[in-house]
Amino acid sequence: MTAYLITSVSVVGAAPTDLLIRDGVIAEVGPDLTAPDATVIDGTGLVALPGLVDLHTHLREPGREDAETVESGSRAAALGGYTAVCAMANTSPVADTAGVVEQVWRLGREAGLVDVQPIGAVTVGLAGERLAELGAMADSAARVRIFSDDGHCVADPKLMRRALEYVKAFDGIIAQHAEEPRLTEGAQMHEGEVSTRLGLIGWPAVAEEAIIARDVLLAEHVGSRLHVCHVSTAGSVEVLRQAKARGVRVSAEVTPHHLLLTDERAESYDPVFKVNPPLRTAADIAALRAALADGVIDVIATDHAPHAVEDKECEWAYARPGMLGLETALSIALDVLGPEWDLIAERMSRTPARIAGLTGHGVDPAPGVPANLTVIDPAARRTIDPAELASRSRNTPYARMTLPGRIVATFLRGEPTVLDGKAVK
Amino acid sequence: MIKHLLSGGDLDADTATEILDTAAEMATVAGREIKKLPALRGRTVVNLFYEDSTRTRISFEAAAKRLSADVINFSAKGSSVTKGESLKDTALTLQAMGADAVVIRHPASGAPHRLANWVDGSVVNAGDGTHEHPTQALLDAYTMRARLGRLAGLSVAVVGDVLHSRVARSNVLLLSTLGAKVTLVGPPTLIPVDIAGALAPGTDVSYDLDSVLPNVDVVMMLRVQRERMNDSYFPSAREYARRYGLDGPRMRRLPEHAIVMHPGPMNRGMEITPEVADSPRSTIVEQVTNGVSVRMAVLYLLLGGNNR
Repeated sequence: MTAYLITSVSVVGAAPTDLLIRDGVIAEVGPDLTAPDATVIDGTGLVALPGLVDLHTHLREPGREDAETVESGSRAAALGGYTAVCAMANTSPVADTAGVVEQVWRLGREAGLVDVQPIGAVTVGLAGERLAELGAMADSAARVRIFSDDGHCVADPKLMRRALEYVKAFDGIIAQHAEEPRLTEGAQMHEGEVSTRLGLIGWPAVAEEAIIARDVLLAEHVGSRLHVCHVSTAGSVEVLRQAKARGVRVSAEVTPHHLLLTDERAESYDPVFKVNPPLRTAADIAALRAALADGVIDVIATDHAPHAVEDKECEWAYARPGMLGLETALSIALDVLGPEWDLIAERMSRTPARIAGLTGHGVDPAPGVPANLTVIDPAARRTIDPAELASRSRNTPYARMTLPGRIVATFLRGEPTVLDGKAVK
Repeated sequence: MIKHLLSGGDLDADTATEILDTAAEMATVAGREIKKLPALRGRTVVNLFYEDSTRTRISFEAAAKRLSADVINFSAKGSSVTKGESLKDTALTLQAMGADAVVIRHPASGAPHRLANWVDGSVVNAGDGTHEHPTQALLDAYTMRARLGRLAGLSVAVVGDVLHSRVARSNVLLLSTLGAKVTLVGPPTLIPVDIAGALAPGTDVSYDLDSVLPNVDVVMMLRVQRERMNDSYFPSAREYARRYGLDGPRMRRLPEHAIVMHPGPMNRGMEITPEVADSPRSTIVEQVTNGVSVRMAVLYLLLGGNNR
C-alpha cells in the first residue's frame, strides 16, 4: 500500500501542517514530516477535511442503470470529496428486502470508491401500506440503520408511528420525505407568485411543515429518532427549532440547491430546475442558511438525483423531479457558508456520519484514525460543464455557473480515490 | 417585432396596439367577396394541437389561409404523438419540414417555451395548460376596443375559475399593459395566490360579484368545469351559479354601456344563463369573428409580412 505525505495542508482550517497516510490510517500529523517511501502531495493553500458523508444519494441501481450506477455514482461522490454515501431505497426493485440492500451494498464494495451504505424502505414497495422487513435489513450484511420511503411520504400517521417505534429495537432512524400528499396532488413547483404566473400547480410550504409538525410530535410521543429529509421552508425551520428546544430526537438536512436557487428558476420552464421538494423563495433560503449556521439544521445532504436526458428534455410537467448534487455540493457549501471549515466539516461529515452510524467516517484527520479524508483547493474556481461530470446523467442545475473550490484529492481508508482532481479508477 | 408570441407579457403597449391596428385592417378582408391576401404565400404554418380545440384550431387555420400560407394541421390524435414521440422530436421533425411558424396548443404549461428552444421558426402559444392564451387576450382586447372605443381606463371584471384559466392570465397581463383596470372575481378557492404580484400590480381581487358589477365596463365570464366541485373548489354547480353565475338580474346591475364577454365554450346555466349569452350586450359571437382577424395580424407580423 502506497504511503502519501501531504505537506503544508490546513486541517479543517487550522495552521498548515503535514499529514502522513500509511496503511489505511493517518500515521502522523505534524510539521516537517519525512517519509522517503511516500508519494508527496504539495498541500500548500489546500484544506483537508474528514471525508464528506452524504445522507441522501440516489444511485439508481438496480433499475435505472441508464441514469446512474453504483459505480458511476460512487465516482461522482469521490470527485465531490465524499468517502461515504447513503443510497436511497427507491430503486427498481425497491430496496425493501435484505436481498436488495445487500446487492447495493455489495456493488458499493466492488466499486470501492466510497462506502455505500444502503437505506432501506420503510414500507413494502414504498407504497405506504405496510412495513417492510426492517429488522431483516438491519440484520443483513448491509447493516441498515436508516429507513426512508424518500420520494414518497409515509403519510399514514399510524404507520409512521409504528415505524418510529419498531426501529428502536436496533437503534434505527426513520428519514421522512415530508410531503402531505393530498396537499400536493399534481404539484409542479413552489406555490407562490411564480407558480401563479407560470400556471403550474403549486406545492405549498404547509404540505411540508404539517408533516414535520406531526412527525416531531410522534417521535416525541414514542421517544424515537426522526430525521427530516431535504427541509425546504422557513416554516419547517421554526417547527424544528421548537421541537429541538423541547428535546425531541430529531435531525434535519438541507440540500445545496435549496440553499442557493429560488423558484424563479422555473421561469425558463427548463425541468433541470424541477425538484421535489421544489425550489422555494429567497426568504426560505435565508431561513435555511441561518438554521444551518445555528444548528437547527444538522446536515447538508445532496439528494443527488440523476435522471436520463429524455426524462428532463421535455415539458416541465412530464419531467422527473431531481438534480445532480454530489460533484458540486462542497462548492455550494463554500459559496453559501464561506471558508467556515469547522462548520462545513460538522454539517457535511461529522454529523451525517454520526446520524448514519458510520464509524470511521466523519473523524478529523489525526494520528491513528482511518484515512478517510478529502483535500480541497478553496482558491480554485471552476465553471460547471455538465458534460465533464462523472455521473451518467447531466441534470445539474449549475451548468455554466462558476463556483468556488475544487476537490484535489480524496482518500478512502488510505487509498486515493481522487488525485489531482481526477478519479483514480 | 417579437419573434414568438408565448405570453401576453411579451407585448409592450406599442406592439400590442400595432397588432390590434393590423387586425382592424385584416377585418376588412373578411368583408370582401374574396377573403384572401397574398402576404404569406409560400410560408408554412403548422398547427400543432395536443388538445382538442376545434374552435381555436380552425380560427388559426382560417387566419393562415386568408394570408395564403400553406397550413399543416398536426394533431396529437392519429399522429406519432400517441406513439410516444417527445415534443423535442416532433419539433425537430417540423423544423426539418421548414415550418415558418408553429401554432401550439398543449395541456402542459410552458410547452410553447420549450418548443421555442427547438425550432427556428416563430412559435405562437395557442393555449398551454393553465398558463396563457395570448391570442385570446388580443381578440378580447380588440373586441373591447371595437365596442367601447378605447382600452385605457376601462374597468374589466374577469369572473370565475381564474386559477385554472389561461385566458385570465393573458388578459390580466395584456389589459394592464394597455391601461385597463382588471378585477378578478371568484370564490377564494379559484383565485391563485399572490396574483397581483405575479402578473400585474394594481390587479384587484373580489369574492363578491354583485358589488363589482355596477362599476365595470366589461364583464368577462370564464368557463367553469362542473368537475371542479369534485375537488372541493366549490360545493355544487348550483351554488356556484347562484354566487358567481351571470344571470338576467345580475346583468341589469351593469352600467348601460357595459358588455358581456366569454371566451367559449360556454356552460349555459353554470357561469352564464342563455338570457345573458344571447343578449345584445353579449359579444360572444363577435369574439369568434375577431379571433380570425387578430390571428391574421399576429401571423402576419411575426412572419415579417410587413417587411416584404
